Amino acid sequence: MKRSSWKEYQKEIADDRYYYARSCIRQNFFPGSETTFLRIMREALGKDIFDDPRHTSCTGIGYHSDIVPLDTTMAVVARQFALATEAGYENIAVSCITSFGLYTEILETWHEFPETEARARENLFKATGREFVIPKNIAHTSDLVFHNREKIEELAVRRLVDARTGEPLRIVEHIGCHYAKIFPKSGIGGSEFPYVLAGMVEQWGGSVVDYPERRHCCGFGFRNYLVQANRGFSIANSRKKLESMAPYKPDMIVANCPGCAMFLDKWQYALAEMENSTYGADGRGIPVLTYEEMAGLVLGYDPWEMGMQMHQVDVEPVLERLGVKYDPAAKFLGRAGKYIGAPGEAAVNSFSGDRIYRIRQ
Amino acid sequence: MKRVIVIGGGPAGMQAAVALKAAGLEPVIVERSDALGGKLRDWHNLFPSATPAREVLDGLRKAVEMARVEVLLHTEVEGLTPDGSKPSVEVALAGGHAVQLSGGRKLEAAAVVVASGFDVFDASLKEEYGYRIYDNVFTTVDVERMLNEGGVALADGSAPRRVAFVHCVGSRDEKVNQKHCSKVCCVTAVKQAMEMRALFPEADIYNFYMDIRMFGPGYEELYQRAQQESRVNFIRGRVSEASPTIDGRIQIKAEDTLVGRPMKMSVDMLVLAVGMKAGSSCEKFARTADAALSPNGFLAPADLFSGCVASGVPGVFYAGAATAPKTIGESLAEGSMAACWVVEYLDTLAK
Repeated sequence: MKRSSWKEYQKEIADDRYYYARSCIRQNFFPGSETTFLRIMREALGKDIFDDPRHTSCTGIGYHSDIVPLDTTMAVVARQFALATEAGYENIAVSCITSFGLYTEILETWHEFPETEARARENLFKATGREFVIPKNIAHTSDLVFHNREKIEELAVRRLVDARTGEPLRIVEHIGCHYAKIFPKSGIGGSEFPYVLAGMVEQWGGSVVDYPERRHCCGFGFRNYLVQANRGFSIANSRKKLESMAPYKPDMIVANCPGCAMFLDKWQYALAEMENSTYGADGRGIPVLTYEEMAGLVLGYDPWEMGMQMHQVDVEPVLERLGVKYDPAAKFLGRAGKYIGAPGEAAVNSFSGDRIYRIRQ
Repeated sequence: MKRVIVIGGGPAGMQAAVALKAAGLEPVIVERSDALGGKLRDWHNLFPSATPAREVLDGLRKAVEMARVEVLLHTEVEGLTPDGSKPSVEVALAGGHAVQLSGGRKLEAAAVVVASGFDVFDASLKEEYGYRIYDNVFTTVDVERMLNEGGVALADGSAPRRVAFVHCVGSRDEKVNQKHCSKVCCVTAVKQAMEMRALFPEADIYNFYMDIRMFGPGYEELYQRAQQESRVNFIRGRVSEASPTIDGRIQIKAEDTLVGRPMKMSVDMLVLAVGMKAGSSCEKFARTADAALSPNGFLAPADLFSGCVASGVPGVFYAGAATAPKTIGESLAEGSMAACWVVEYLDTLAK
């Protein structure tokens, strides 16, 4: 694809010294990804990233579900900024796309309507006695990995190519809606042809799959999922995307949004159980990775240390394709070697041949 | 002094120059490109009569040649007054305007006709349509070029089996800061859809529109013929995005607002009916000449009714699409009208 237009959307990304704003849900669903991000930034790249246990949820999911009022959300976000100010950081690295979209939206609102900023300052001061300086730079953590993609390539132990054939891995990249669809200028590559993940994939030797439903929502969409009656709509949207990408036989999906990675992964399990549909080339599911996991594999990190055993769709096919040496027996051993339990058998992780064999039996 | 500078050598400028010459004045056409004709050079057949653009262009060129109008090609106007002072009645009385040209040259003139035309909207700004990204996404300007070059074909040279036109690309669209209607794109897309039908009798042809604006003589009839004789399908709905399919086609999504349902289809060729935006030189000219701009960036005439070729600046007149999107016929009419206004203005000064 001639993706040259991404170059017209450049955003400033500070090089170092970030206050790290974690995600609420990533730590449950992809618990190793944020740790991997810190490891990459600190150990591999030598950056100063401050991980602050005092910060809270941004309230984004509550805000988008009409549960948390805007004034409350602004005060909570103002508190995150105050914590960064107190810690001496001017740049904020946001792990979650929802939070990133929310911070960006609030800063734009404050810019357009200064009285809302004054009100947020007043509310924050009354509630906590805190004050803040507006951050100089707000970047999503995928922006930071993109920003350092060349350095990561220099440190790489492998490229995103099939270790057996040397062919580039075919990778579907999925960008969270709130990364750039609200403000195209806030994302690398804008909203229509975002380049933040595609740039990593291409830099590290993989090839990006462009498919008809590339821009389509992953199926999360807060109200689609949080309102139980709408969940059929959620899974139908994920199914639409998976069916659209399947003919391209992707080796993996990489996403930069907590909800997208979760839903593209877990709905594959549900679809396989509900209607025996799988979308991978070999009859199994398509592994879904976070960009930190993808970068970690490029840097030679152990997949189980990165928490990749927590995926619903097994990641082993992509590990084997990349030639990653891993210990199958260690998959469900925790940090101290303690068995953490293994999931039951699932259609999404079986070869189609296995399933036919079982039916015949 | 009898010299009148005509800025722009498109239809309006050529027509104005010929009329000025006939009135005994000495027009000089200043044209930045390498030839006269403006964008008419790129068009194939003109709506609604399918008159070859070449016929109209050749007629105008011949008239300019016969009248021995002086033409300066590869020349741009840098400003109206080289010393930066604003034009005024006093300046006009003292002998007219001094026009600064590119290359440091200066020309004095009794009056100026601005016929600098419009710019074609850059369709790649509507990124969701994939222009310059997907090979088989074209603009109506590309289609005119292909028709002039002998035929319409997909990037691989094959014939399209399904073609979709998207109206209002860069018109009536706040997202790209083009709020105005470009007026001629609807009828252009209808004309090209009919030309496609003639070229590809078996193809499916769709036009996606917001409103069909058939304002000119014979346009509505053309639209009716497109539906009844050329079997062009018209769907009221804006296309939201274009994406590639695995077999090299383009998938488009839209809402059929008459049925009230979202729809999706794959086409071989997507044609974007691009709008007319204000010429890139309008702003600079308005600044140097102390002339007014409309909110959409075109030059603002002094009065929309009784002074549509007047600028409000003494001795400066407008013609054609410098002030708003116009058809070729309207541009030619304004060229003649601007010449009349120049003559009247100079007569008044002489008295």
